[in-house]
Amino acid sequence: MRTSTLATPRLPPLLPVAASLILLLLLILPTAALLWRALNPQFAAALLRPAVIEALRLSLLTTTLSMLLTLLLGTPVAYLLARYRFPGHRLLDVLLDLPLVLPPVVAGVGLLLVFGRRGFIGSWLNDLGIRVAFTTLAVVMAQIFVASPLYIRAMKAGFLSVSKRLEAVSLTLGRSRWETFWRVTWPLTLPYLIEGFVLAWARALGEFGATIVFAGSFAGRTRTMPLAIYATLESDLDAALALAAVLTIAAFLLLFVFRLLLRFGRRR
Amino acid sequence: MRSHLLIAAYLLMTTAWAQELVVFAAASLSEVFEDVAIAFEAENPGVNVELNFSGSATLSTQIIQGAPADVFASADTVQMRRLSDENLLFDSARLFTVNRLAAITPKDSPLTELEDLSHPGVILVLAGPEVPAGRYARSVLEKLNEVYGADFATKVFANVVSEEPNVRQVAAKVELGEADAALVYLTDAAALQQVRLIEVPAAYNIVAEYPIAVMRESRQLELAQVFVDFVLSTAGQDILQRYGFGP
Repeated sequence: MRTSTLATPRLPPLLPVAASLILLLLLILPTAALLWRALNPQFAAALLRPAVIEALRLSLLTTTLSMLLTLLLGTPVAYLLARYRFPGHRLLDVLLDLPLVLPPVVAGVGLLLVFGRRGFIGSWLNDLGIRVAFTTLAVVMAQIFVASPLYIRAMKAGFLSVSKRLEAVSLTLGRSRWETFWRVTWPLTLPYLIEGFVLAWARALGEFGATIVFAGSFAGRTRTMPLAIYATLESDLDAALALAAVLTIAAFLLLFVFRLLLRFGRRR
Repeated sequence: MRSHLLIAAYLLMTTAWAQELVVFAAASLSEVFEDVAIAFEAENPGVNVELNFSGSATLSTQIIQGAPADVFASADTVQMRRLSDENLLFDSARLFTVNRLAAITPKDSPLTELEDLSHPGVILVLAGPEVPAGRYARSVLEKLNEVYGADFATKVFANVVSEEPNVRQVAAKVELGEADAALVYLTDAAALQQVRLIEVPAAYNIVAEYPIAVMRESRQLELAQVFVDFVLSTAGQDILQRYGFGP
């Protein structure tokens, strides 16, 4: 499709271009410098260090778990928010945005106060002999706390975009509510699901503040990639840079694939 | 890029009336250097001391990457040597105080002896091995093998659930009651209200030496030197001793 050439002159004005260049420098240079420094001949060797492999494995494991739980528990929340009005609807909507603006360290303290040994659920679990803080489970919980709202937000918009009339037609044709959800509603929300999933995953992958407070930092158990970068920055710069590069490339690929999928989805 | 921005912000600040002195100091110096700065400012009107506290390893990395520090006070000689190896010191560093380690537990803890740290199931937090406090903790525990048996340190290490990036976060985990015990500086332990202290006998303790130095890239070498001299003076040493630091 061609956009109107009448509305805007061919050459963009100087001022916005200059402003954009300044901001682009700030946004792109650090990433470029990071990759430039990291992708040296030692990169492959640095990737094979035990500390790096352990962090990669742990990040993959924990984000997979937290994303599965987010899909499983977040989808119903988004559905309820989009389809029903209930007392406290608006409050819930606002509360779900809170984790997005809270500093992650604050989230970590909050999680400790609830699930820590002295916390009001944690103390009860402690009596049963279950410890949450400083475990891999704590990492997963921290990731869900900071990342799932991104998914819920996107999915809520997805459900809102599906016409209730389509669902009504399906119901009158004798399909059950469950079948209607699986065959009609859910497939139509796919682009939103992918958007929410990718953003949430990228956020979970980069989670640092809540994790270090709530789960601590222990190699192989709670030291995910961002924590390993922080820990190795002072002792082994090559390993830290290798991890940072992997994290950057993974985030870039996630976003890139997401754009491709969106395009593909729109064309269909 | 980030360091360039810091420098720009720094230049903007220093063009104002007050003379700004940027001091990078180890996390364990947090409270005491606040007091040192106040006393120094009182003696030198028109001077404003900007303090930046973090783990010594973090600070030395920041300085190597170009952070604009005038003075660096480290919690160990290793991190200071990193800077002298990079030729970043104006002249050689000087030792200005010492510190020792102690174990801490929550107030109501059943743990009372250092030996108890090796009991199975004890939740122990240490600073990471790259942090001075973490390195000292490991060497203290290994020295204690002489008292509690050859596998004491190994058993204690098996109880470690987290290796924190700086000693203050280690202490916080015990204060919150999430950890059963930790090894921190004696000065940290003395400053905390919510914890109980278990002393480490001098024979098995370490002596953490704190060096201080003026940075070669400082734009106010003279003032930085005056600050270092103040820390080493009787007035400076008195403040340090008030917070439990050694001579």
